[in-house]
Amino acid sequence: MHELGVVFKVIDNLKEVAAENGIEKIDKVKIGLGEVSTVIPEYLQDCFKWAKRKSPLVEDCDLEIETIPAVSYCEDCGKEYPTVEFAKICPSCHSEHTYLLRGNEFVIKEIEVP
Amino acid sequence: MRIIELNESITDSNDKDAEALRSLLKAQGTFLINIMSSPGSGKTTLLERLITDLKEKHKIGVMEADIASDVDALRIEKLGAAAIQAHTDGMCHMDAGMTQRALMAMDSKDLDLVFLENVGNLICPAEFDTGANANVMILSVPEGDDKPLKYPLMFEKSDALVITKTDTMSYFDFDLEKCKERVLRLNPHISIFPVSALTGEGMDALEEWIEKHM
Repeated sequence: MHELGVVFKVIDNLKEVAAENGIEKIDKVKIGLGEVSTVIPEYLQDCFKWAKRKSPLVEDCDLEIETIPAVSYCEDCGKEYPTVEFAKICPSCHSEHTYLLRGNEFVIKEIEVP
Repeated sequence: MRIIELNESITDSNDKDAEALRSLLKAQGTFLINIMSSPGSGKTTLLERLITDLKEKHKIGVMEADIASDVDALRIEKLGAAAIQAHTDGMCHMDAGMTQRALMAMDSKDLDLVFLENVGNLICPAEFDTGANANVMILSVPEGDDKPLKYPLMFEKSDALVITKTDTMSYFDFDLEKCKERVLRLNPHISIFPVSALTGEGMDALEEWIEKHM
């Protein structure tokens, strides 16, 4: 369900960009999606396919999803590690004092227009 | 063919709307509390209790956000508080734009305390700033003390956690101390209030917290 809300938001943003730039059709939109953004790429594609039919601007638009790997930082040993594999616990020193550096993004990176 | 680079985070425009709404609320003297929880955690029952206890001192309004129906808004109106039912039309959360429209529709200028009962869901509401002045999360005893492990983001984003239905504690395997420890590890600044809206136990401390932040 969350994916549908996000898709509506993307299409709204695209409509704004289109209005500002005098664009009538968008062929492709490229999205950067963090690994721990809680948005599931397959669902996102399905929702986009459903929602795009309602708007002439994006009815023929393809959605390309680029995954942004999630990386955490350990405050105690200063090392970075992959978040999905180790979550909150640093694999080097087993500290819990860690935080996410990147990987929760949802960014509209670029669009292609005819 | 032409490529236009945007690099625009989809939450950016919502964050701007949320900041604008917070300034507006400040200007008109309304304190907005965003209440988030899973379905069936006792949000409406807690609100009924809060309204009963606080309505002499404050002008209270409630925005009920649901995918459909108006059963909750009717319960609130019975108590004499202003209520508006916002339908999200399938969306799993309220964003700042929707919150602002609902606030305007209920004529919030004369209200000094408004509760937004967000859609019952522990994931999406945590990701969209509604423009509220405080975020309060509800966790009910029957849901279990391991919820912080499963839905960390909402615990991280909340200013207060209300643990409801404490009167049922003896029927469930709910370890209050363990739960508090898990929550505080995610968010050391959160205030935690175990309450029973049914018996009134613990409500004083929560009400004091609300009035202190208004």
